[in-house]
Parts: sequence; C-alpha cells; structure tokens
Amino acid sequence: MADNEIVIRARGLVKCFGKKAAVRAIDLAVPRGSVFALLGRNGSGKTTAIRMLLGLLEPTRGSSDVLGVPSRAIPPEVRGRIGFLTEGHPVIAWMRVEEMGRFQSRFYPGWNEEIFRAVTGHFRLDPKARAGDLSRGERAGLCLGLTLAPEPELLVLDDPSLGLDPVARRSLLEALIYSIRKEGRTVLFSSHLLSDVERVADHLAILDEGVIRAHCPVDVFRSRVRQYALQLAGEPLRIPDFAGLLQTAPAAGGVTVTAVCEGEGPPEALLKLGARVEEVPISFEDAVLAYMGTRGERRMFPAVPADRPDVEDAA
Amino acid sequence: MAFRMRVSTGSAAPIHRQIRDRVCEAVHAGDLQEGDRLPSVRALAEMLVVNPNTVARAYADLTRDGVLEGRQGKGVFVARRRPVYTKAERLRRIGEPLDALVNEALFLGIEPAELRGLVDERLGRLEEGGR
Repeated sequence: MADNEIVIRARGLVKCFGKKAAVRAIDLAVPRGSVFALLGRNGSGKTTAIRMLLGLLEPTRGSSDVLGVPSRAIPPEVRGRIGFLTEGHPVIAWMRVEEMGRFQSRFYPGWNEEIFRAVTGHFRLDPKARAGDLSRGERAGLCLGLTLAPEPELLVLDDPSLGLDPVARRSLLEALIYSIRKEGRTVLFSSHLLSDVERVADHLAILDEGVIRAHCPVDVFRSRVRQYALQLAGEPLRIPDFAGLLQTAPAAGGVTVTAVCEGEGPPEALLKLGARVEEVPISFEDAVLAYMGTRGERRMFPAVPADRPDVEDAA
Repeated sequence: MAFRMRVSTGSAAPIHRQIRDRVCEAVHAGDLQEGDRLPSVRALAEMLVVNPNTVARAYADLTRDGVLEGRQGKGVFVARRRPVYTKAERLRRIGEPLDALVNEALFLGIEPAELRGLVDERLGRLEEGGR
C-alpha cells in the first residue's frame, strides 16, 4: 500500500434539504494512517458530510469514494471494514451490555471480543447492565466498544465527545489512540472540541456553513497561522489590509496581528511599516478561533490536492 | 525510570515540542541518563493520550539533535552527549536567541550590566543543579 493512499475522497459534495444547502462544497482527501479531524461549529454540516461519505445520504451533487469504492454503492465486505460511531450513541434499550456485544459480533467475522471487553471495561460498564439504563458516558463506551471490536480499518466518529464528561472524554480518546496502534488504520472524526483535536489529530479540515475552509496537516496549520506584536514609538499604527490578514487587536504599546503567513518570517506588509515586529506564539485554539473569526469568507489554504491516478493505482 | 511526563493542550507550544523540551530537561537534570531507554512511540502516545505521529516527530527531532539515538530493533535511548553541530553552526544557532535577548533587553530598558548579571545568575543556578 502506498503511504500516500487516500482512503476517503470527496469531490464537490453538495447537499440541499429543500431550498437550504446544508453542505455547499466539500472536497476532501483523507490519507491512510491519518487521524483526521473535521472541525466545525454546530450546524456547520459535519454530520451531513459524514453521512454522505458513508453512503447513508444521497448527495444533491458531487461524489465520493471510501476505501476505493463509490460511497453510493459500498458492498457489504467493504462496509465491514468501516466502523461508524453515530452521533448521540443510540443503543437497544432492553439489551444487556454483553448481549449487545454478542448481537453485534454476528455481523463481523473479525470480531475481537477482547477489545469489546477492554473498551467496555475501560468505561467501567457492568456486562449485565441494561443498555437503556446507562448514563450518557457509559452509552458512549458501549457504542465505542461495539464499533472498535470488529477492528475497523477505517473508523468514522461523528462528534464522539458530544455531551461527555471529562473522564469519559479522556477514555474515548484513549480508546481512539488504542484503535490506531496498528499501521494503516485511519480515523475520521468530527468535533468542535479543539483540545481533543490538538491531542489526537494530525490532519484537519475546517467546515464552516457547509464549506471546507482549511484542509491540511495540523502542523502546517499551526506553523502558518501566526501572531505578531507590532510596536512603533510615537505614532499609532495602522495595519493595512493584506492577503492572509485575520485579526488585529490593540495591545499594550502597539497592535497584535494574526495572519496566515506564507514564508518563514513576518508578512511583507508588516515589515514595511517600520515598526518593531515580534512573533508571539499562540495556542492551537487561538489559531483556529482567529481563522474562523472575522474573515469567514476567505479561503487561505490551498485546495485539496487533485486526484493523482498514478498514486491511487499503485495502492 | 524516574522520568515522568505530562503535556497540556491550549499551550502556545505544540505537543511535539513539549515532549522534546521535557526530554531535554530530564536529560539535563539527570533524571534520564545516558543509555536509558525511552518508552516506545506507541507506549508514550498511549500514556500521554496523543497521536503516535506526534511522539514520533518529537523523537525524530531529539535524535537529529543528538539527545536520543535509535538502536535497530531495540528502541530509543538517551545518547552520549556529543556536539552534533560544528562550532560555527553552534555559534550561528545561539546567535539568533542572543540577538532576540539583547533586543528585548534594550527595548525594556535593561542596562547591559544588569543583563550580564541576569545571565550569570541563571548559569550559576544551572551549575548548582548539575552537581
């Protein structure tokens, strides 16, 4: 398998519900072996996008592939290699925890009971408990166990930490890290929790009002969204508009500028002002908030790399 | 191993750099000794609950900088301390933060003598700690 094999690819996905477009333009390329975060606020189209990628919802326009087959016609043997944890963690209320495991295992030849026990044990579930009596966090643990036990090659989680307390959230991340212990496993998860994304993701896409606005490795995002403090003795500073500018804010003795930068140093537009320019390290969270903030309409990261048939053929 | 590590999110330092800094600190403080074996990438990733690629990147940086060394099939170990850069390269590398330091001191109105004192004080502390 080629290192740069793409396991999920979307081309121009659009989904309208009536007149309203839930997803307006989604191009996506999820590389094998990555932990890919789909970041976006509530209502940004994450769930709709994921459901289309998995063939659970017909797109209005566009197309996508998963594990080399079209999303709209995933054969059962390919579906068996995909684990999907849906939003809200639905369970069959009258079944006991262990019964749900047994029930689910029938559908998966590669079911690994040890993983099911380890994950549900990690969440401290009583195997005899009725699924309907579980707390939200426990239900998440049960669903995660059911999703991970078949050892999916591709794991898709729709907002897995939604509504979970910090302990359950941490358990979920631990299980997620455990699930990628084997080479070549891929995870796509949606979230609006930036600390979770910072911990586990190596690639990200930012979805805003149905449009992908950034799509790159997390490291690239972090190294390019930078903040500079500008100071000029005497006169007040006026920051001119320039490509990549995200935010300006008054600071002690000057101005703080956040921008998407191309090169190594500060943007040319800032250097030209004759002020003292100094980089101020910022957190991932601040970088994302600045990016999603004031200049919502702009796209400053290159589009998804084009299809490369040579690479995909080799895979 | 007397070596403990934690990382935090929301910091201005990316997690791979936090790991790198912690290992460097532990080596300098003597908590990690030459020849000590570090946890595997996977084990540390599970311990810290971070992406294994992040740990791998930190280990790669530390190996490049000569702090750690990989031994085929055995894992990652604390390397013998040796200068990995030429004298000129080391001077070039220390030059950048020095310039920044001097600029900052000028900007904050700290007198040269005071700055020298502050630097000496820190070097003194390091020597005490190293004994």
